[in-house]
Amino acid sequence: MHSEHKPLLSVRNLKTYFFQDEGTVKAVDGATFDVYPGKTLGVVGESGCGKSVTAQSILRIVDQPGRIVEGEIVLCCAKGTDVELTKLHPNSKEIRAIRGTEIGLVFQEPMTSFSPVHTVGNQIIEAIRLHCGISEREARAKAIETLRQVGIPKPERRIDEYAFELSGGLRQRAMIAVALSCDPRLLIADEPTTALDVTTQAQILDLLRRMQEQRGMAIMLITHNLGVIAEMADDVVVMYLGRVVEQGPVDAIFHSPKHPYTKALLRSIPSIESTPRVELPTISGSIPHPYNRPSGCPFFPRCPECIPGTCDTAEPTPIAVSEEQSVSCFLYPS
Amino acid sequence: MANMEQILLEVKGLQKFFPIRRGILQRVVGQVRAVDDVTFHINQGETLSLVGESGCGKTTTSRCILRAIDPTAGEIYFRTDACEMLNIAALPESRVQPLRRCMQMIFQDPFSSLNPRMTLLDIVGEPLLVHGMTDHQERQDRVAELLQLVGMRPEYMQRFPHAFSGGQRQRIGIARALALNPRLVVADEPVSALDVSVQAQILNLLLKLQDQLGLTYLFVAHDLSVVKHISERVAVMYVGRIVEMATTEEIFGAPRHPYTEALLSSVPKPDPRLRSQRIVLEGEVADPANPPSGCYFHPRCRYATDICSEETPVQEEVETGHYVACHRAHELSLRGIARQ
Repeated sequence: MHSEHKPLLSVRNLKTYFFQDEGTVKAVDGATFDVYPGKTLGVVGESGCGKSVTAQSILRIVDQPGRIVEGEIVLCCAKGTDVELTKLHPNSKEIRAIRGTEIGLVFQEPMTSFSPVHTVGNQIIEAIRLHCGISEREARAKAIETLRQVGIPKPERRIDEYAFELSGGLRQRAMIAVALSCDPRLLIADEPTTALDVTTQAQILDLLRRMQEQRGMAIMLITHNLGVIAEMADDVVVMYLGRVVEQGPVDAIFHSPKHPYTKALLRSIPSIESTPRVELPTISGSIPHPYNRPSGCPFFPRCPECIPGTCDTAEPTPIAVSEEQSVSCFLYPS
Repeated sequence: MANMEQILLEVKGLQKFFPIRRGILQRVVGQVRAVDDVTFHINQGETLSLVGESGCGKTTTSRCILRAIDPTAGEIYFRTDACEMLNIAALPESRVQPLRRCMQMIFQDPFSSLNPRMTLLDIVGEPLLVHGMTDHQERQDRVAELLQLVGMRPEYMQRFPHAFSGGQRQRIGIARALALNPRLVVADEPVSALDVSVQAQILNLLLKLQDQLGLTYLFVAHDLSVVKHISERVAVMYVGRIVEMATTEEIFGAPRHPYTEALLSSVPKPDPRLRSQRIVLEGEVADPANPPSGCYFHPRCRYATDICSEETPVQEEVETGHYVACHRAHELSLRGIARQ
């Protein structure tokens, strides 16, 4: 389906480790996936699975002592040239030109990601002036226009307000306005609706979808909420302990999941349509501490279909189970 | 209707206003009507959920019931061990304290609700000590028993909370709440801070404990799929008022209030084939310090007519046990979630 298109962003065997005194945390340990223009890629997983570090690696904003130790991140720029992001210095001119103009980022917590001492407008205008090189006056007009597009009422007035004067939903809209202000071709949204109520969440998801239709940009949507993934994504990447355990089109992931972790995850959510008050199937145990990851397949201690002697010693590699779906599990012969 | 024998808790016309003070004289310039005339009851052994968006007064209601804060007005009747209905709202603090052993709370965030400098024995044993179990050995035995009850090894008793994961910490919080054999457990968003795989374990534990110990839950949550899973009855709140209250099946299958309908339709369903025609509510939740006239929901309601902005709807029983506060409850046919 995607074979005729060239991916906008292609991540190959990405490994981002954090070197700490207590040991090395392998936050991302061999992630491989592609993001296609105009499509939404959903990245799903529980806390500590490396979703956010993957996003930070792409933008090269991984905090110390974290470092990309291996892998490639290739971005197909607007001019048609391919840029290898891992080769760039995190403070270089090239990557700073890519942030904002090519790739926009929406954070989870809109309260902490805005500066409390600058107005929302100033922060949007700053981004526009940095990247587009236009006058302050034009930048202000563009900022107001962007705020209007994301559905903020009375943008001429709101632009001079501070982040704390806005409600959670408006703040997240303003955050999206900052990310969209320079017309990026890829929007990375890291848990954009986690801190919001369901009704506001529906508004924000609606907004993201509309913006995607208007601008034809790609979205990489990072979340732990499977409902949001089902609602938004075209393709899905399921991560567990820094690895991609399964990926494929959204319908295949939800209707014929292959990896035992994906299956267990889907079974364990109480669905709004399921029978109430019956015991939910659970995943036994909890996510291992990052300092003592299991050897072999990261999921084997909690896996109901674990093959003793195989899963606890060797590491599975991704195997294509259909044209578009692949899974890293020994249950599927290569 | 449930007969009077079974009612454990009855709340009538509960109000809690917080004053807004301004200026150097700290004059009261307004009121935040956090909870405004809330009436409901909970039967013995059942689970009632309070749902609604943030700021709708769910948590304030539950804290008033525990008398963690004093209500502005209203009555809260609680059935004591001696089977009499006592109005907690009117009791002096000294008489509330012994009642607290009958009602306990499970908190939302298992990382901030456990003191990092106390061992599990101290944490779970503290309510026992406060309520007079001074013998160390006796307390230790009870803590061991409680830890086992929530699925943790008693040997962990000497450890500190930092050694445990979020799910295990939430189990510790549950053990502490159960220490005094309460009859009413108020659970304020007990699973919203947990990962999905752990969330299922805690929900199963709560259901198991309810069967085992005959507990009554007041469950405060915003996640409707969790609410559907755990509760027998649901009360939907909007800006300090209960707009609809009915059995779980009716709320989800045949809602009668437009707000409930919108709330249900905005939950993302974990199935890509059901990408729904969602009702996306426009605008923001009304400000409880400055609520709109008439029905608080009318500026966002797609069914609103003239009367909605003028008169406040009263709560009425449209079917047995199904309460709605909406002018148009009788004429509207609203969309629930298809039962499969």
